[in-house]
Amino acid sequence: MKPAIAAVTATIVLGACTTGGPSSDRPRTVTLLTHDSFDVSEQVLKAFETDSGIDVTVLRAGDAGQVVSRAILTAGDPEGDVLFGIDDNLLHDALEAEVFTPYASPRLEAVPDAYEADPDHRVTPIDRGDVCVNVDTASFASTDMPRSFEDLVASADELVVENPATSTPGLAFLLATIAEYGDPGFEDYWTRLRAGGVRVVDGWERAYFGEFSGAGGGEGERALVVSYATSPVAEVVLAEGPAERNTVLEDTCYRQIEFAGILAGAEHPEEARALIDFLLSREVQEDIPLRMFVYPVVDDASLPAVFADNAVIPAAPLSLDAEMVAANRTDWVQRWTDVVLR
Amino acid sequence: MDRRRVALGRAALLGIPLAFVGLFFLYPLVRILDLGLRPDGRLGLGVIADVVRDSNLRGVIAFTIGQAAVSTVVTLALGLPAAYALSRLRFRGRAVLQAVAVVPFVLPTVVVGLAFGGGEGSLGALVAAHAFFNVAVVVRVVGAAWAEVDPALEDAAEELGARGWRRLTAVMLPLARPAVAGAATLVGLFSFTSFGAALLLAPPGSATIEVEIWRQTSQFLDLPVAAALTLIQIVFTSALLVLETRVAGARIEGGTALAAARPPRSRGERTFLRVTAIGLSLFIVVPLARVAARSLLGPEGFTLDRYLHVGEARAGGLLRIDPLGAIGVSLGTASTAAVIALAVGLPASFALARGRRDRSLPWIATGLPLGVSAVAVGLGSVIAFRDPPLDIRSSRWMVPIAQAVVALPFVVRIVAPAVTAIRRDLAEQAAALGASPWRTTVDVTLPVAAPAIGTAAVFAFAVSIGEFGATTFLARADAPTMPVAIVRLLGQPGSASLGQAYAMASLLMIATAGFALALGGTAAVLGGRVAGGRDQTLERSRRAGAGS
Repeated sequence: MKPAIAAVTATIVLGACTTGGPSSDRPRTVTLLTHDSFDVSEQVLKAFETDSGIDVTVLRAGDAGQVVSRAILTAGDPEGDVLFGIDDNLLHDALEAEVFTPYASPRLEAVPDAYEADPDHRVTPIDRGDVCVNVDTASFASTDMPRSFEDLVASADELVVENPATSTPGLAFLLATIAEYGDPGFEDYWTRLRAGGVRVVDGWERAYFGEFSGAGGGEGERALVVSYATSPVAEVVLAEGPAERNTVLEDTCYRQIEFAGILAGAEHPEEARALIDFLLSREVQEDIPLRMFVYPVVDDASLPAVFADNAVIPAAPLSLDAEMVAANRTDWVQRWTDVVLR
Repeated sequence: MDRRRVALGRAALLGIPLAFVGLFFLYPLVRILDLGLRPDGRLGLGVIADVVRDSNLRGVIAFTIGQAAVSTVVTLALGLPAAYALSRLRFRGRAVLQAVAVVPFVLPTVVVGLAFGGGEGSLGALVAAHAFFNVAVVVRVVGAAWAEVDPALEDAAEELGARGWRRLTAVMLPLARPAVAGAATLVGLFSFTSFGAALLLAPPGSATIEVEIWRQTSQFLDLPVAAALTLIQIVFTSALLVLETRVAGARIEGGTALAAARPPRSRGERTFLRVTAIGLSLFIVVPLARVAARSLLGPEGFTLDRYLHVGEARAGGLLRIDPLGAIGVSLGTASTAAVIALAVGLPASFALARGRRDRSLPWIATGLPLGVSAVAVGLGSVIAFRDPPLDIRSSRWMVPIAQAVVALPFVVRIVAPAVTAIRRDLAEQAAALGASPWRTTVDVTLPVAAPAIGTAAVFAFAVSIGEFGATTFLARADAPTMPVAIVRLLGQPGSASLGQAYAMASLLMIATAGFALALGGTAAVLGGRVAGGRDQTLERSRRAGAGS
């Protein structure tokens, strides 16, 4: 608690020095630096602003990787107070670069320990968006439906994956196969997928809309695609007319968590802490499933009905140790390229 | 005394654009290169050697060069017949076709990617998209040169026995050689630095340098490699820009003189014209029609829903993007960007026209934004503009400024040649009659250059509204611009997302095509005016002289 008080005092003193007036006159603001896909409902954000008296500015700057590289470039002198949208794969570099400052939100009580990535609480888990193989159920009789990684080999000519060198879900799926078969076991698995006729494309858009038969409005012909655990729900919510009926292969899911953190050197640390608490509040956690198609991380949030009816929430998604991923990623991707694309 | 004043005036005119390019383009670029190549205070050029040694990155460089070369050849092969037909032959629908040919060039790359998209991507799709995008460059640049060829020369060639094909290869092509070379370098430059189209259309496992710079910064967070690639890219594009300058004022805009055109004479020529006109129309219209058709095709057949409910998407909570908001933001930023680009580009053009000495440096300086990674500059501006008095990195001015930097080369390349031609012709007479340089500019040069300036304004607006690369790298508090919104829609599942993406792409297409067609109309009107308006202008220059 002490550092917090010191920080608040420092803010007040600094505030008084620079503006020459009492700090209470200053409007309280906080800036959230995030990626283009961030979204919460307007009324939820407005309610927070009214209740807390803090004005929230949302700065969007490209995809998650672009936002994190900006934050690393400006470590210690950040563009905003809070960063939201960093995932497990980018976390290591950001922590190395000392981008974040610790904060343990009281709301962490409602978050399962398994989601925490940093014992020092420099980042706070906000949502879960696991990567899983999606299936167009119309293409399989229920008895033929693949369930496991091994089943995928037999249906490899129906499978389209993203290149892990160029795509985040592609990398997650490669990591899933490493978690399942180990290193170097994954090489053999991919050799078999390749022999079976797996198709590789560079990005999610091309894989999903261009190749997947279960994509509403798309023109693909393959019945299996690497996408997100929530994609079948999104197909239903964002459908014009009758929706595609897809599901996910739960055994292939790889855990992906999105974190938020207070940026080191933030101008408004107190407001930043309030914003982190807000992102973990039930209001936001129940709002984001339909806004960003992700699962909440707190255990007291209920899911929208459409999720309850259509979603598979992977009970035990695969995952790998972040340090190990950071140390081996380049090597793994290179070896994958040699096995699958050469 | 007078000469010193002129020199001073030129310095002042050049000062504005050079300061702008220096501050908002070169300075952030230098900062990011410095950070990438001098991570611990020592120049780490070793990373460049590493990049060249890395077989994957070498593949990227080779692919970039190869696809740019193929794209250039294909674009020339398609563009030269069109340029000839449109500049030399008179036929019905010529003005319309001239305008249509420009449409792809001002289309956002995101839309071009959609038009040629689908499936796993291929070299063919990428080259087709580049040719589609750049055919206007060949038509404009080479067409302008051919339009100036005296018809009597062609007649003489014919009488001397150089008929048909031979007349083209022996007479017309050599006459336009500098223009062909200029057009080729520009097309090569645009294909070399391709981002949006390459991202959506390149075959699996291959990428342009520009796409690889984006990957290295946003997927692998590897700044040194990104900086090294940026530097390698700059070496190639600067060489192309120097080449462009050398082959003599390659121009995007030539102001086609309609007087040289004549009806087709032989049967061969009529066939040539028919094939070229139909081929060009199909090549341009079919991909665009594909995008439009998809925006109108719902799950139950024809639908206007995506247009009728474009403003309600937000209220219904269905889509996470507010299309009307995106349109509003796009119009606002693009107009601001166009104003900035003109405010900077016009002084640059006048300074270029005035200078008697070497013009290549300012020409190249204002052209550099065409050939340098928007990713690198975007990242550079994050660190360049963080300290007072320049702490503007997340101000709402950054997006229009970045777009103006991208539009600036077009403004200068359209206005400078026009102003140069006028000055030589009329301004010297006005000056001889005693008009001061200022009066000459206000009373003579500006009014005569007005159509070119109008064209430049429209181009700046169209380039800005479709800009994606630089915009996506800046922090924005506003709603997304239309290209950013389209990319976001394409990033989420659901038939509604795809449908709305096609509808927004169509709206963007209609907006930019509308401007391009207006531009074509202006050019046609201008053609008439230049032919008949010369005396009038001379009269004006006399009056300006008398009034001073």
